[in-house]
Amino acid sequence: MLKVVHYINQFFGQIGGEDKADTPPLVKEGPVGPGLALQQALGDQGKVVATIICGDSYFNEHVDEALAEILGMVEQYQPDLFVAGPAFFAGRYGIACATVCKAVQEKFGIPVVTGMYPENPGVDLCKKDVYVIKTGDSAAQMKDAVTKMVKLALKLVNKEEVGSPEEEGYIPRGIRKNYFAQERGSKRAVDMLVKKLKGEPYTTELPMPEFDRVPPAPAVKDISKALVALVTSGGIVPKGNPDHIESSSASKFGKYDLEGIEALSPETHQTAHGGYDPVYANEDPNRVLPVDVMRELEKEGKIGKLHRYYYATVGNGTPVAKAQQYGQAIAKELKDAGVQAVILTST
Amino acid sequence: MVKELERAGLPTVHICTIVPISKTVGANRIVPAVAIPHPLGNPELSKEEEKALRRKIIGRALEALQTDIDTQTVFEWQ
Repeated sequence: MLKVVHYINQFFGQIGGEDKADTPPLVKEGPVGPGLALQQALGDQGKVVATIICGDSYFNEHVDEALAEILGMVEQYQPDLFVAGPAFFAGRYGIACATVCKAVQEKFGIPVVTGMYPENPGVDLCKKDVYVIKTGDSAAQMKDAVTKMVKLALKLVNKEEVGSPEEEGYIPRGIRKNYFAQERGSKRAVDMLVKKLKGEPYTTELPMPEFDRVPPAPAVKDISKALVALVTSGGIVPKGNPDHIESSSASKFGKYDLEGIEALSPETHQTAHGGYDPVYANEDPNRVLPVDVMRELEKEGKIGKLHRYYYATVGNGTPVAKAQQYGQAIAKELKDAGVQAVILTST
Repeated sequence: MVKELERAGLPTVHICTIVPISKTVGANRIVPAVAIPHPLGNPELSKEEEKALRRKIIGRALEALQTDIDTQTVFEWQ
């Protein structure tokens, strides 16, 4: 029977929520949380011998140490297969799954599989090297995700041929494979063109990679004369969250006045973010939106002026399209106001 | 958001804890932060030390804004 080691975060590992996100790696015998679904899907073909649990913040803040510890734990069990997640749309968890999978594959040469929502930042980190099953954006899709992950994992272990991304449900890895088509290329191309002209759906055989890189804006000549704005995805809002910005999947951003405010305080501001432990930001919101230091620098003439308004949203499970939309709207307002440089802080 | 601000021609520095995410997203000027729940602070320090730390990070961010770059650049401060 195959020995399987499973990697999950503190939340799925039933250690706790954001207040436990700084938990260092630990190992438990047998399956935990989503490991039960994994064990069920494996049936009698494999056994989840151990579960490695690590806090999402701990992993991302101490990548090298965490990775070394985790690899040590994997080594103890000599598994035949390594499974991480699924991480759905959880960014830090996705980065952890991606990093751990790549390292385990490289060090032990065993098959690894993970699962993520396509917009998870972990996808781009590992999709070229690792099979990432495409999942929905929440744990409601756990069973479907785990079923696909196991199906693919067993194929990898048994060295069976892996089908296309569409057939197996993984995120395309950018690998081209030769195959014998039923019809010759010229006919397929004309068929596609005819469909396109008719406005019917068609599937290209050569998808173009998406490169959306923005060239760096030119440097600010003299910051001591510039109007500088603060923007944050860390969810810092006036006390009481007047615009009701959601703690995740935020549907809006807020614009807030800093006139007469020398520093943020727990009495005036708070965080609305649901994706990190709010204790430190609520204790001192300047830890996320550094108004106190910006005011000092303004007084000392190190920056020209701090823009009167700051912009904030909650970057937690925010679809890329929404973030783009907020970014464009904020950029327009800042440009119209004559702002010359922006400091954007993220948690 | 960082990318849209830069696309509009606004030099933008991204202060963030998870540098790989910032790189994936496409930020150009990146300054690493302290920790996820307190990117520009450290509750283990005294108030004065913490503010000094915050000034150091912002100082680096201001340098980044005044530096011409061709490609994604991480401005370390530690």
